[in-house]
Amino acid sequence: MKFLTAILLTALLSFAIGLFTVLPWYSFVFCALLVAVAIHQKPFKAFLAGFIALFLLWCMLALITDNANEHLLSKKVAEILPLNGNYILLIILTGFVGGLLGGMSALTGSLLRKIK
Amino acid sequence: MRLVPFLIAAIITTGLIIVLNTQLKTGKSKTPKLGYFLSPQYGFWKNAEPANVDFNQDIKMPGITNQVDVYFDERLVPHVYAENDNDAYFIQGYIHAKFRLWQMEFQTHIAAGRLSEIVGEDKVATDKYFRRLGMVYAAENSLKVLDANPETKAACDAYTAGVNAYIKSLKPEQIPFEYKLLDYKPEPWTNLKTALFLKFMSWDLAGKAEDLTYTNAKTYFGYDDYLKLFPITQDSLDPIIPKGTVYEKPEITVKTPSTLDSLYFGRKDTLTNIPPIKPNKNNGSNNWAVAGSKTKSGKPILCNDPHLGLNLPSLWFEMQITTPTYSSYGVTFPGTPAIVIGFNDSCAWGVTNAGRDVKDFYEMKFRDSTMQEYYFNNTWHKAETRTEIIKVKGKPDVEEKIAMTFLGPVMFDKSYPSDISKNACIAVRWKAHDASNELQTFYKLNRMKNYLDYVDAISTFQCPGQNFVFASTNGDIAIRQQGAFVAKWKQQGDFLMPGTDSAYLWQGIISPKENPQMVNPERGFVSSANQQATDATYPYYLGRANLFPPYRGLIINRKLAAMNNITPEDMQHLQTDNYNVFAEICKPVLLKYIDHSKLNDTEKKYLQMFSTWNLRNDINEKGATVFKVWWDSVEVATYGDEYAKATVKLPWPDESTLIDKLISDSSNYKFIDNINTPDKKETITDVVTLAFKNAAKTLQDLEQKNKLEWVKFKDTRVQHLLQIPALSNLHLPIGGGVHIINATSENHGPSWRMVVHLTNKIEAYGVYPGGQSGNPGSKYYNNFIDYWAAGKYYNIIFVNKHDVRKDERMKWHTVFVNG
Repeated sequence: MKFLTAILLTALLSFAIGLFTVLPWYSFVFCALLVAVAIHQKPFKAFLAGFIALFLLWCMLALITDNANEHLLSKKVAEILPLNGNYILLIILTGFVGGLLGGMSALTGSLLRKIK
Repeated sequence: MRLVPFLIAAIITTGLIIVLNTQLKTGKSKTPKLGYFLSPQYGFWKNAEPANVDFNQDIKMPGITNQVDVYFDERLVPHVYAENDNDAYFIQGYIHAKFRLWQMEFQTHIAAGRLSEIVGEDKVATDKYFRRLGMVYAAENSLKVLDANPETKAACDAYTAGVNAYIKSLKPEQIPFEYKLLDYKPEPWTNLKTALFLKFMSWDLAGKAEDLTYTNAKTYFGYDDYLKLFPITQDSLDPIIPKGTVYEKPEITVKTPSTLDSLYFGRKDTLTNIPPIKPNKNNGSNNWAVAGSKTKSGKPILCNDPHLGLNLPSLWFEMQITTPTYSSYGVTFPGTPAIVIGFNDSCAWGVTNAGRDVKDFYEMKFRDSTMQEYYFNNTWHKAETRTEIIKVKGKPDVEEKIAMTFLGPVMFDKSYPSDISKNACIAVRWKAHDASNELQTFYKLNRMKNYLDYVDAISTFQCPGQNFVFASTNGDIAIRQQGAFVAKWKQQGDFLMPGTDSAYLWQGIISPKENPQMVNPERGFVSSANQQATDATYPYYLGRANLFPPYRGLIINRKLAAMNNITPEDMQHLQTDNYNVFAEICKPVLLKYIDHSKLNDTEKKYLQMFSTWNLRNDINEKGATVFKVWWDSVEVATYGDEYAKATVKLPWPDESTLIDKLISDSSNYKFIDNINTPDKKETITDVVTLAFKNAAKTLQDLEQKNKLEWVKFKDTRVQHLLQIPALSNLHLPIGGGVHIINATSENHGPSWRMVVHLTNKIEAYGVYPGGQSGNPGSKYYNNFIDYWAAGKYYNIIFVNKHDVRKDERMKWHTVFVNG
């Protein structure tokens, strides 16, 4: 239950802070960190929750955008980056980058709580 | 001890953020900031526009005085209906920015020498070139007259305010894709940027500067041989103004300097300071108008297709502007108010490049290396110093100090280019440096009602000189080569001139009424295709730079003369015609001289392809490829031996020169002989046959790669301004080429095709290789390209404010209200 709550809360708060685009793009790390401090879990579980939250959030947002766009831009970007024009890989890469940062910040939060 | 794991995690997390927030080096380029770029709430995903995007909107806009209605048709062409001029230009600026902001800024950054600022030190050489050419200086000069004219000042002010209103409305995540890719942000628009863009077009169209390489050629070959390589006449010329036209005595009597032989033709300069960048030599265009006497409807038809670099986002943006005083439709330059090529209720106009030489170089004599005083007419004059700071991304600024003489900036000195072996100081005298107001011409053309308005509109146009074609619903057709052209003595400015003597200065500007022109000619049509404007009886020297290949002009005039009962469809077919008249001239010559006995079976096969070729550069023609490869090989076999020994940069002779000589001077064109075989004197047969044998090797190679068809050999592309293949359209199925009416070469060609039928209710057709949106994430980014390549045209929608409301072809309606 804790695990699921952490995922949902992290995803929700990260999405919300991402609406304020005057803040830096990585502001969501503080959401992931705070949730991990607030909802106490073992470090690995906290990491996983943060990772899954951001991976799913970024993948879903990218997927929705990409579908409406009929893959026009993702195919081009997937050539530039270079992922051989494979837009599914690009969406997964997007999710992975978000997930990695989300997971690491949650891990940091969880370890911060342990200090006390 | 629990602190340590926390610290490690915190450090790794911070490190990750830093890496994902940095542009990483990959080879020569840099990645975007990956975390930012991939973030679905900040990065490129935000530029992925929904395919069913909706432009129905109500926008409150403080900068306008009345409501402005913008209807977008299904091609995303905006039709702007405003209550006054200022509102119209404000909204034009807003819409340009909405669809083309990145491109607008990027193009003016090129002109201003500011690419290093956004791309990095790779572009410092380009930036130095434009700074030292005086582009910013030129734009500042023009801005003064633009501001002094109340009409153009109001138009520019409103336009700039509109662009800035859009930029201000942008949230950080809404900036165009390319800003995110290169990691920078839009800056406010200014009237100076508009002036810079217009100067960029002047550079592209009147910035040719072969003077220095011609100077080298004159020194290297000697003046007599130079003339055999670079004659100032062409045998197949059919000028814009027909041969035999009688010209009046010139108003300006040009005085030839008395020291010409010693100080000009006799000089032995060898120049290593050759500009690294130059405008595309194929920049040209076609335009023509046929009178009612030759059309089926009895009304004139006007056509124009400007040949420029084919880029994405396109140079052009299509739109209609309607106010209570006028209504005009056509293509616009994102970055500039008004419509540049198009039509209104009663008239249509189009342009081709005049290409007259208005850019000359003078060798200056400075007292010492501080370059503060220069010698002119026996006295020392003070030079000013202009300092240009080039900001470089991630590196220290580069400072350029440019000495300014009364002739213009000293483009070349010991500091530029740095590898120069001879420290000549060379100033550039360029018409584009002088204050001028080209925008005023377009402003007036948009509003013209008849021939006299057209004459009034174009008479102040200075640079880049253009052939303005005109037609009106009341039946008039006209053409005039207009610009501020220099009255020159024969061959003035073809080479480097001494900058110490007033005898070598420009002596005057030819008055507009003396410029080559024609109204309602007997033959029923006017046309231009960048060929020389007149025959040699015109009382002024037209300049070596004006020697554009004569072939498109030749075939257009031949076809138009033969056509009658013309319809707009006929004109579309003509604009997209792939007949190669240059090949028609060369083919009998090549076949006459080829020695069949020296060819093997493979070579004979290629010769067969050529001799059975129908002279059309259609996509599947292999003969077109054989011709191109063979002809290039003939040029190399003719001139390659002489050129191989040169250590300085030399210009290559024109194709017309060689074919003219092969036809007229066949027995003794001296370059036919191979100077490396002293005991043998080669004949044309030797050269043509050797060239064919060499060409056959290339052709065989091409055939193995399956690239013998013309379309594959030519391989046309429309390229993104950053030259990123993923953002470009490659391998387009389109024929045509250099010297062909459909002048589509590798990455250059008809950048806008327009046919306007001047019936009482104007009927018009147009297409350009791009799309209205500059966003690579929009389906309107490149949606015209396939249509353009196929030679098809869109029906242009041109309706008045009353009818537009119920016009079902309008897809979206944006309403701008003051507030």
